[in-house]
Amino acid sequence: MDSVAKRRRRTFSVFAVTFLILFIFLILDLSQAFIPLSFEDAFWALLGQGSDTNITIVQQMNLPRVIMTILVGAGLGIAGAVMQALFRNPMASPYILGLSSGASLGAAIGLTFTVSWLPSLLLTPLLAFITCMATLFLVYTISNVGGRVPTETLLLSGIAVGSLLSALVSLLTYVAGDQMSGIVYWTMGNLTNAGWDNIIIVAPLMFAGCFIMVSSSRDLNAMMLGDAHALDLGVEVKKVRLQLLVASALVTAAAVAFVGVIGFVGLVVPHILRIVMGPDNRALLPASLVGGAAFLMMCDYISRVIAPSIGILPIGIVTSLIGAPYFVYLLRRRRDEVGWS
Amino acid sequence: MMEIKDLRFSYREKPVLDDVDLEIRPGEILGILGPNGCGKTTLLKLLNRNLHPQGGKVLMKGTDIEEMSKKHIARHIAVVPQSNEIRFSFSVRDIVTMGRMPFLDSFRGESSDDLRIVEEAMEKTSVSEFADRPINTMSGGERQRVIIARALAQRPEILLLDEPTLHLDIDHQFEVLDLVKRLSDLEGLTVVIVSHDLPMVVKYCDRMVLIHDHKVFAMGTPQEVLTKENMRTVFNIDAVLEYDGTLKEFIVKIIGSCRKV
Repeated sequence: MDSVAKRRRRTFSVFAVTFLILFIFLILDLSQAFIPLSFEDAFWALLGQGSDTNITIVQQMNLPRVIMTILVGAGLGIAGAVMQALFRNPMASPYILGLSSGASLGAAIGLTFTVSWLPSLLLTPLLAFITCMATLFLVYTISNVGGRVPTETLLLSGIAVGSLLSALVSLLTYVAGDQMSGIVYWTMGNLTNAGWDNIIIVAPLMFAGCFIMVSSSRDLNAMMLGDAHALDLGVEVKKVRLQLLVASALVTAAAVAFVGVIGFVGLVVPHILRIVMGPDNRALLPASLVGGAAFLMMCDYISRVIAPSIGILPIGIVTSLIGAPYFVYLLRRRRDEVGWS
Repeated sequence: MMEIKDLRFSYREKPVLDDVDLEIRPGEILGILGPNGCGKTTLLKLLNRNLHPQGGKVLMKGTDIEEMSKKHIARHIAVVPQSNEIRFSFSVRDIVTMGRMPFLDSFRGESSDDLRIVEEAMEKTSVSEFADRPINTMSGGERQRVIIARALAQRPEILLLDEPTLHLDIDHQFEVLDLVKRLSDLEGLTVVIVSHDLPMVVKYCDRMVLIHDHKVFAMGTPQEVLTKENMRTVFNIDAVLEYDGTLKEFIVKIIGSCRKV
């Protein structure tokens, strides 16, 4: 029983550390302004204390972006963890498999064209979800070889489909006339323009998707051993898998719909956490939520600290600068060293 | 305990099982025997509804299992699958704890009762000593025992084993089946073993079913089933079942292949 207690303690410390990182960068990110506030001033302004200017900076200028960062980071983190377990593949993530690009195509269509019967604010995430689901099934079908999904074909088909879709997004923004800023916005992500109206739409979608994921985490553990094992343990494998795929697409679409494609969060975060806390999804999925939010918050802060001289730095550049080398590291390492053999 | 009636199953157009009838009696060890590719494993998968039959019925205590949820079935039937390769660093205790899954809801953790059952299952199969080791660092025989522990943690009435000796060294083969035999004797567990390993089945099973040409070819005690003619027809071997006075049990003496070279 000793080791059970030891593991519980380790899980607790992982959560404590990730929450602490999230908190620190959350306050730092809230302090951002032409002349940044001090850490304490930003903290008190968040609670509604201090000068009116401070409160305006924190609560009106920065808070919507920070909340969107939490939602998007958490969603991409947990979606990555779920997809890695579902595909039994350490390289799976919404970005690598082209899902983010798929969702961004739908979102770009939703923002470019208007229909009379649905406001753009609802049409955008809806289309993002539809194209994201379609991409998921396309990539899965291409890479499925006789019931198995080998890493190589999964990565290659994900990258191929993803490139095609982001080319279509670029084409669309080019044709629509909003050439440079639009393309950068969709392929590199931009949290700056996130407003409360977007958050009200994204938050419930995220909550629904994450609830499905966390509630299936025990079934997902059994499915990691193989479908036959899970069936023998009484899991309705087909039903649970479909639920989780839909939830992953929902969360990815919600993450991408208003802020564009932000890469590598779903790859890096679950990986590091899995090394520290093991493969048990009941701990890993909630930890990936918090960890994803903390990681993206940190990246947003970094993008703002280097930004002043060059304007707004798309956050996807920061996540890619950190994530891509980590991806290469994963490709090179023996898989058992990162918790997979 | 279980009844199988007119069971039919085919993969695409290819028939795998055709009009299979058999009965599994409480507390017995039943061997399902046949050459590779005869549909034994498919039969096992139909017994706990991992596959759905195209015709006929599988009854558990008189109820058609098609009317039960997977979870409900898993509370009565546990399976030790053929391949037990696991690529993730779940600890042995994690794996055995999964045996309690059929009894838990999404957000309910394991109770102290559940954890006690898990510890007991690990003791019975002597895997307690490496309860905290990652499963992917263990040998085939050790893994097999862990999976049996998981099956026992389900507190099943029926245990299905698919080719339990396939990937094991000879000493581990006996170790695993001795364990199963002991559990069946002590706890009245009903056991169904699917295998193509003739001598093994003869040694451990009370009754056996011989599958040939997608049908039940013979059923009964080893003496009834393993006649010289049956073994020639089904396995293409020249063999006899003999009583060994020193061992005090029946053994299969295999003389050679019947195929003309």
